[in-house]
Amino acid sequence: MSENTMNLVLRVWRQKGPQDIGSLQTIEAKDISPDMSFLEMLDVVNEQLTTDGKDPIAFDHDCREGICGTCGIVINGEPHGPDRGTTSCQLHMRRFKNGDEIVIEPWRASAFPVIRDLIVDRDALDKIIQSGGFISVNTGGTPDANAIPISKVDAEKSMDAASCIGCGACVASCPNASAMLFTAAKVSQLALLPQGKIERTARVKNMVSTMEESGFGGCTNHGECEAVCPKEISLDFIGMLNRELLRATFIGD
Amino acid sequence: MELNARIPDGPIEKKWDKHRFDMKLVNPANKRKYSVIVVGSGLAGASAAASMAALGYEVQCFCYQDSPRRAHSIAAQGGINAAKNYPNDGDSIYRLFYDTVKGGDYRAREANVYRLAQVSNEIIDQCVAQGVPFARDYGGLLSNRSFGGAQVSRTFYARGQTGQQLLLGAYSALSQQIAKGKVKMFPRTEMLDVVLVDGVARGIITRNMVTGKIERYVADAVCLATGGYGNMFFLSTNAKGCNVTAAWRAHKKGAAFANPCYMQIHPTCIPVSGDHQSKLTLMSESLRNDGRIWVPKDGNDKRAGIDIPEQDRDYYLERRYPSFGNLVPRDVASRASKAVCDEGRGIGKTGLGVYLDFADAIERDSRQTISERYGNLFHMYEKITDENPYKTPMRIFPAVHYTMGGIWVDYNLMSTIPGLHVLGEANFSDHGANRLGASALMQGLADGYFVIPYTIGNYLAQAKLDPVDTDHAAFNDAAAGVEARTKKLLNAPNPKRTVDSFHRQLGLLLWNKCGMGRNKAGLEEAMEEIPKIREEFWKEVIVPGGSKELNQSLEKAGRVADFLEFAEVTCLDALTREESCGGHFREEHRTEEGEAKRDDDNFSHVSAWEYMGEGQRPKEHREQLSFEYVKLTQRSYK
Repeated sequence: MSENTMNLVLRVWRQKGPQDIGSLQTIEAKDISPDMSFLEMLDVVNEQLTTDGKDPIAFDHDCREGICGTCGIVINGEPHGPDRGTTSCQLHMRRFKNGDEIVIEPWRASAFPVIRDLIVDRDALDKIIQSGGFISVNTGGTPDANAIPISKVDAEKSMDAASCIGCGACVASCPNASAMLFTAAKVSQLALLPQGKIERTARVKNMVSTMEESGFGGCTNHGECEAVCPKEISLDFIGMLNRELLRATFIGD
Repeated sequence: MELNARIPDGPIEKKWDKHRFDMKLVNPANKRKYSVIVVGSGLAGASAAASMAALGYEVQCFCYQDSPRRAHSIAAQGGINAAKNYPNDGDSIYRLFYDTVKGGDYRAREANVYRLAQVSNEIIDQCVAQGVPFARDYGGLLSNRSFGGAQVSRTFYARGQTGQQLLLGAYSALSQQIAKGKVKMFPRTEMLDVVLVDGVARGIITRNMVTGKIERYVADAVCLATGGYGNMFFLSTNAKGCNVTAAWRAHKKGAAFANPCYMQIHPTCIPVSGDHQSKLTLMSESLRNDGRIWVPKDGNDKRAGIDIPEQDRDYYLERRYPSFGNLVPRDVASRASKAVCDEGRGIGKTGLGVYLDFADAIERDSRQTISERYGNLFHMYEKITDENPYKTPMRIFPAVHYTMGGIWVDYNLMSTIPGLHVLGEANFSDHGANRLGASALMQGLADGYFVIPYTIGNYLAQAKLDPVDTDHAAFNDAAAGVEARTKKLLNAPNPKRTVDSFHRQLGLLLWNKCGMGRNKAGLEEAMEEIPKIREEFWKEVIVPGGSKELNQSLEKAGRVADFLEFAEVTCLDALTREESCGGHFREEHRTEEGEAKRDDDNFSHVSAWEYMGEGQRPKEHREQLSFEYVKLTQRSYK
């Protein structure tokens, strides 16, 4: 082991396919530099496994700069690991020390079936958006962008909600595997803008019912979702969703 | 092969309007009888798929990611240009057009760029209508900021996440069409070949990345919106999955590839920290609005950045380019950084870095203000480097970012294969030899929202296509080719090296020989070296697992195999272009001050390469560029 590098013991979830039972496998990670990202550490392990003629660990990743939402690993029981406001790809190994044992698992939720090892199927999140997470405008014929002034406060708040990267950590952390924070972020982003108000009643009803039908649980205010969200999306948006839902139920259009 | 750009006649400001009138239309009731394949779901792909579906066409959209929302457009940070002139600072469609042609070092097609500037304003209207939360001023109107290569503020933005918000806007429009059943979406699906029937693009062959099944899809037209090829360098700001495969397969089937040597090396990225590095992270160009770039005056000055007093610093961009200062275009800024590092004045452990300093801006505008503008970027920087940019200057260095070259297309965005259209970064058309900041998002959305929905109708109305099904011999042949190649990748005779090791080797070679500075000897060496690496790859690559399962090594191997072929034509193009222009800097061709020296008499053309078969030298075709509106000058930002 050279200076500053560390050796780690990984306990990694290995599962060949959706029908396989799967189990934790012990794999050693050697000569890991503290400057590596967590995923670069897995790259190093995979290079070794491949050279040794073994199957590398399958894990989802793409942009590696915390914005695409593709990566998502439960690290020592916490979705995206121990750092707040950080995706798995932006977590760095300086957070760990020589000799640490690290347990690495996929998102666990019945709405997110495991495809292989650490990769899960998150189609259910797309389904929620398809049920109403949009403003129904076709291309063309829209008014001038400055025709509708929007207060800076509302625009900023809408942007806070819109920062969601759709990674699913909120679901993975929730004891009920609820997608409430994900759904609330989109409902709130659009409810805060005048353009979004026209369809607000149908939107919130459809999105919440699709969430329930897709195998996600209900929200019982644990707040774990906010704690693990890599974009630190506030629980207040769940409050906003609930108000939108009440309004839609009792007042309607 | 004939290159006919099909540029409409008439004065430049009337060309697009005239063309829109002259184009054939498909009757609204007949649109549902036509089907279109869109490969890629980034800004260009998602906006094209959603817009064509809204018009009534039956659309099938494919992406390799697990959801269309994750395409790499999402990582664009700084903003999107438009000629709205909201700040009242003298902007106009003509000025945006002019700046873009000049910024591209006079190697783009005037007519295309003018159209891009024309539709830029509609893009902003469209995005606002979709609920994209752009930054606003206290009065509720949209806010603008400045970007490199322009002296007006025309960049619209959503914090440092503009690409994310625009992509989510296009994704929401796409989702709406998926829910209506007008778009059938195929995530985790990679296109591995394009199928030509009687010389016309009629479908694609894909691999289902979960089951490994090779599948066939048929349509009346195919659109590729598959992004750029920067990942060829292994280290780039691209996402790990970005690849040239779709474009390269189309090229091998007859689509000319234009200007592959035009690549953008972005000046402000986080420097490489070690051999483990898997990608480079961009720090938005918008940072140059407030950050000042410098290195020590003396290369032997080893003090920490904050300990170096003002008189010992060289703010070399402000010194060399007083009128544009830190906001010179990307190619100029990158070369200037390379120059000071070559002089031995680079900073950090490797000497490959320069400072980007916010101390003055923080003192002037407060830490709070700077945090509002760039908070997420500062946070990201600290995550990666473990240094706090509010306290110490950022360390940055250039990295491969965007590729201006791409599949050659005509004014209608159609390639030299009839029916095969190419959109966004995957085509070559609008940025010339250098792209200005905040213009990639503009071009992707222009192609998808406001160009292809018109030109596809013109094509379909005249194409006279016979019905084809997936049992056609052309589909059988293409699918058999894909199966055979997959088998070959899995069964190298002497497997001993990983896919990544080959990819890193290729990337390093290209960075040294075909990166920021290029010369004849280096390019010739690279062209000798690449076939050797390719040969070793096919002999020695280890690809564990099988084809009928999720196999990430196999996915990577297929992409690297294509980069290994594509790299050669890139170097050939760089070798053939005996001039410097934009991102293409031939060390033999520079002015006395070290700036890029164009040769307009001999190289004012697009080089479009035709595939001539394995092991054969590709054939160069030239599209002469004519400049009727923009005056060709030595680009100066002094």
